[in-house]
Amino acid sequence: MTNPTLSWNVVWDVRQLLAYPFMMQALLAGTIAAVLSGVLGWFMVLRRQTFAGHTLAAMSFPGAAGGALFGLPGALGYYLASVLAALAMTRRGSPRAETPGLQSARIGLVQAVGLAAGFLFLSLSSGVLGGLDDLLFGSFLGITPTQVITLTVVAVAVLGVLACIGRPLLFASLDPELARSLGVPVRTLEVGFMLLLGLAVAATTQITGALLVFALLVTPPATAQRLTSRPGWSLVLSVGCALVVIWLSLGAAYFSIYPLGFFTTSIGFALYVVALAGTSLSRRRERIQPA
Amino acid sequence: MPDLDAGAHRSHHRQDDNQASPVVDVRAATVRVGGRTIWSDLDLTIAQGEFTAILGPNGAGKSTLLKVLLGMLPLAKGTVAVLGAPAGDRRDQIGYLPQHRQLEAAARIRAREIVRLGLDGPRWGFPVPGINRTRHHLESRRVDEVIDLVGAQGYAQRPFGELSGGEQQRILIAQAVVRKPGLLILDEPLDGLDLPNQAAVVGLIREVCTRQQVAALLVAHDVNPLLPALDEVLYIANGRGFQGPVRSVITTENLSALFGVEIEVLTARDGRLVVVGQPEAPHHHGHRHSERDHNHP
Repeated sequence: MTNPTLSWNVVWDVRQLLAYPFMMQALLAGTIAAVLSGVLGWFMVLRRQTFAGHTLAAMSFPGAAGGALFGLPGALGYYLASVLAALAMTRRGSPRAETPGLQSARIGLVQAVGLAAGFLFLSLSSGVLGGLDDLLFGSFLGITPTQVITLTVVAVAVLGVLACIGRPLLFASLDPELARSLGVPVRTLEVGFMLLLGLAVAATTQITGALLVFALLVTPPATAQRLTSRPGWSLVLSVGCALVVIWLSLGAAYFSIYPLGFFTTSIGFALYVVALAGTSLSRRRERIQPA
Repeated sequence: MPDLDAGAHRSHHRQDDNQASPVVDVRAATVRVGGRTIWSDLDLTIAQGEFTAILGPNGAGKSTLLKVLLGMLPLAKGTVAVLGAPAGDRRDQIGYLPQHRQLEAAARIRAREIVRLGLDGPRWGFPVPGINRTRHHLESRRVDEVIDLVGAQGYAQRPFGELSGGEQQRILIAQAVVRKPGLLILDEPLDGLDLPNQAAVVGLIREVCTRQQVAALLVAHDVNPLLPALDEVLYIANGRGFQGPVRSVITTENLSALFGVEIEVLTARDGRLVVVGQPEAPHHHGHRHSERDHNHP
């Protein structure tokens, strides 16, 4: 087959897309990552833990560097670094001294220490980290079947656990005080969710890169939460947006010379802007003509 | 607007109590927190369907008593029974409205969902669509019922953050009663509301008491908006508690002695009581200042 060219024939385009195994792997991995981050990101945005999510994503740097230094197999470094950071961020002093300001300061601290550790690992090993661009901005070229399998296992486990704790987690996120008084273990859920988020972010960064992970983790949930106030629909919509983002951008990146990350972020952003414009337009109409 | 003149509900309660076991029965209770005695030898009895307010200055231990009733704080001395069991055992039969809740995360979630979480929020497990359809249906009906009860049909589908303070408080009351509790515990539910909304929320609680046969216990530090609807009052001050029907506890002599400050209880032309000169700790809610200015000509 020659270089891929985009035509007006959609069937032909899709057939071109699926012609290469690497593209199949990329689509599979992207789909799993989209579902995973659409769901986990929804809770993250709701719980206002975007900064924590960003820190977890940054942990892919010490994860990759540490993995190279200690000779860890595959993406194990990513997962380890992410889980460690999740545990460090949810550690607490006395509940009385705990304020939102202190929490975000602790998250910042974890991020600084994590990045410094990554830098140290890097200089201790070779000083050169292969694929730094991919680490930061993602790649869809070299995804192996093993990676896809690991991703699937992680996604099934994370989503399975989340489904079981989903309702109390929603309750604890929206109304922690009442939830606690009704016997919901709010604190355990907090740590548990951060661990699940850590796993999801570690999985997603392998596709999107550390810097562009928010294209899947923040933009789709934020769009969904703009569009509907019903949690069930909002979750479905969030996953839907994430899928649209990843499929369109994989397709676009395949047919063009521009990198994947550019498309994931711009398509995600475009969706958000459309949602924003749509809702404010309909609200204005409501105000002019009250039902 | 719910019926505010509750005189008709009031008279018959005390006699009935002695037959049925009380909803709340606190006897000779003493609480210590961090070695300090908050109050001692406190008695409190609440009968079914009765509306009781705990009043007293800030720091008197009003919220402490609520924690005792919820089973979150043990007594140093005395006994406490709630709904016929030790405190905490019947937690799921108590509707609780905590004080000053920050529900910022709920701003973009529709109000009906907040009510619903009061019912099924603590439930674990993998949600399989289609399973337990009857329960789901029954729960939906119950949620609609309490939304009707508090008169929130008009805005239950809107995001919680877009509602006014009074509307939000109604939604939270609906959430507290959605489990058909035998006892409703409300910690400062009038805080941050303007006067008309205070009156409306008090009337609503009165109505819930009567219609759902639930006893309500409410903490407040301003008694005036409550007076038209209350059955009983528990005053806590100086480490002691005094309970009784509104008209026998809220008198000039009692209150002045309790607070050690000159307090006057006046009877307005329509028969309502007005408390003047009620001491309060310094606070920052503008609306309450304006209310006191109102009472101080």
